[in-house]
Amino acid sequence: MIAELGHFALILAFAVALAQSTIPLWGAHKGYAEPMRFAETAALMSFLLIGFSFAALTYAFVHSDFSLRVVYANSHSDKPYLFKIAGVWGNHEGSMLLWVLILALYGAMVAAFGRNIPPALRARTLAVQAMIAVAFLAFILFTSNPFDRMDPVPVDGTGLNPLLQDWALAAHPPFLYLGYVGLSMPFSFAVAALIEGRVDAAWARWVRPWTLLAWSALTVGIALGSYWAYYELGWGGWWFWDPVENASFMPWLVAAALLHSAVVVEKRSTLKSWTILLAIIAFSLSLLGTFIVRSGLLTSVHAFASDPTRGVFILGILVIATGGALALYAWRAPQMEPEGVFAPVSRESGLILNNLLLSVSAAVVFLGTLGPLLIEAVTGDQMSFGADFFDLAFSPLMVVLLIAMPIGAALPWKRGDLPRVMKKLWTAAALSFLVGSIFAMWRSGGPLLAPLGIALAFWAIFGVIVDLSERVKLGRAPAGETVRRLVNLPRSAWGQALAHMGMGITAFGIVGITAWESEDIRAAKVGEMIPLAGYEIRFDGVERSKGPNYTIDGGMFTVFRDGKEVASLVSEKRFYTVQRTQTTEAGIRASLIEDIYIVLGDKQDNGGWAVRSYVKPFANWIWLGALIMTLGGLLSLTDRRHRVGAPNRAKPAMVPAE
Amino acid sequence: MMLMMASPVDAVEPSEILSDPALEARARDLSKGLRCLVCRNQSIDDSDAELAKDLRVLVRERLVAGDTDDEILDYVQSRFGDYVLLKPPLNPATALLWFGGPILLIGGGIVAWRQITRRPVPATTPPPLTEAERARLREMGIEADRET
Repeated sequence: MIAELGHFALILAFAVALAQSTIPLWGAHKGYAEPMRFAETAALMSFLLIGFSFAALTYAFVHSDFSLRVVYANSHSDKPYLFKIAGVWGNHEGSMLLWVLILALYGAMVAAFGRNIPPALRARTLAVQAMIAVAFLAFILFTSNPFDRMDPVPVDGTGLNPLLQDWALAAHPPFLYLGYVGLSMPFSFAVAALIEGRVDAAWARWVRPWTLLAWSALTVGIALGSYWAYYELGWGGWWFWDPVENASFMPWLVAAALLHSAVVVEKRSTLKSWTILLAIIAFSLSLLGTFIVRSGLLTSVHAFASDPTRGVFILGILVIATGGALALYAWRAPQMEPEGVFAPVSRESGLILNNLLLSVSAAVVFLGTLGPLLIEAVTGDQMSFGADFFDLAFSPLMVVLLIAMPIGAALPWKRGDLPRVMKKLWTAAALSFLVGSIFAMWRSGGPLLAPLGIALAFWAIFGVIVDLSERVKLGRAPAGETVRRLVNLPRSAWGQALAHMGMGITAFGIVGITAWESEDIRAAKVGEMIPLAGYEIRFDGVERSKGPNYTIDGGMFTVFRDGKEVASLVSEKRFYTVQRTQTTEAGIRASLIEDIYIVLGDKQDNGGWAVRSYVKPFANWIWLGALIMTLGGLLSLTDRRHRVGAPNRAKPAMVPAE
Repeated sequence: MMLMMASPVDAVEPSEILSDPALEARARDLSKGLRCLVCRNQSIDDSDAELAKDLRVLVRERLVAGDTDDEILDYVQSRFGDYVLLKPPLNPATALLWFGGPILLIGGGIVAWRQITRRPVPATTPPPLTEAERARLREMGIEADRET
């Protein structure tokens, strides 16, 4: 009964979305207030209806209603409670419902919190948002209905894939969707602005919070996926350039470019057409990602159920949405007059460089992911690009970006003096080289580029500190004024600082784990001592035990350093009784300096067990850096200027224009 | 969502490891660049499928026999096709993908450069007043300096 109500709510939401996509547009065109205001009512209604529908599906999962096909295929009565809930979106149909829920959520948020947005723009934006909703609600209702019933009703379900019964992976889709479905909002704003025929500084201000929110969530989502892969997949890899990973990474890169580009539009009324284009491309890449994951087009480590009908449907949505938006862009873009004027060396040109590097990076990932498909279609040769390609093609771009980041951030608007900026930053450069040298001496035996990588990461970090100290006139003004400036720094300044620092920190973690990882693989007998990177790991044998829905073979290890016990680790081989599959959990001693990572393998013929041990330096900084980036984004989001809405506040300018 | 990963842990087994660490290191590197053909997007170094193990053993056998890295890769490629290489070869078809990045960067750079330099650099000093402007100022009672 509840499921039927949920189904009905979805159909109602479809009808509401149809209305929301047409009436406000007409109202905005004619200038009638009531039809424009309908957009907000519709957006809120839409959210409530889809929310109810989602709740109904969750109810079915939690109460193990196996008459629903999706529940049968993805759940089991023995499954722990948390994963019954996670199972709601751990399948194609349920995750599509989550997709449209978040789409509706963003619409509702604009309706509720977008009071300052001019009515016509708001109406058009919500209308475009509703068009997307119409497309995906149709997709769900006609090809991927989560409320399909089964007859006869089975006694129990087939269970959820054991690899998915994990907290990080349970949280991964919601954050990812908040991220790349959230990019629908800047898209809708862009298309609405194109329809209206006007892009100005105010538009950029309305767009920025939504882009920040989406980008921050996407950062968390990607980081969660990477972290999960690290501790779950058994050898501590954290990024595989898998097509589905790339599908989330491309929007992230473009969204980052969009964030920066919008700042230029807001402050200097220039770079308008770049920004609109980026907004369109970011969401198009999200749609592309949805298509890649769900159409079975690309073989990948993780693939949703592949069904040609569904694939074609999404492809159709992608073509219409992207094609339509780009056509609109081609028509209207020439009318967008750039107003700001700037010198070749200025923050504006720095941000153009930033746009360029991030966009080309996204394009490289795109080429590496979809290129092989094109080649296969044309020549029939099957191939795909792995880490070797991406390391060569992608990393240099990031290196240039990291080098340019502190310089660009220090350049003033309109007209900058490069030697002057470099003079300010030379402390940062000197310190970075110092740190690089320290690491070169401390961690000998690694690749030659590693200390350079460390120096680069710290260049980004120290650059932020130098920039902050410039803003508060550290050492150049009385201490009282410095403190006053520090306290009055706008949150977006702190947001920028944290986000840029986070980049450097993540880069640091990546260099560490890539350059200085140690590995030992052997058949170990009970009691054997394994020496690794200054540690001694003693294999204490294997114990049998039971978990909630699996049996365990637990490998026990004690780790010593200089004779003293440092950690006691267990690596579990879990056998899930329902699915009859096995997973292995690594035993990990995590710390900020290095992770000790031990995995129990198979029993060997000679009575020993295969044991793989790793020491991974600075691994956790990868995800801590991502977290700091997210914090930066969220901090910027809470800047008062976004809430007040009016471009000017009666407050003295805190940031010197130099 | 079906995560189709072969149980990822057991890949390189202790019994496969060569006694010569230099050869073993080469074996691992080569394995990371060879695809497991029955898996989804994994290298033979990472997968525990039978085929992956066979290929790993094959690579090590040839290393012990004295082949160079390139000879081994050619050997595997001739038997299993281009698809087995995770680092795709450079041929006319893949050239676009390999050079796509640099081409886009240069192309985009040119576009960006034209956009940046198209703008007139803001002058540091405004142009001098014309006679008419000076006359208007005098009318308003403002004496404009000759030089301004």
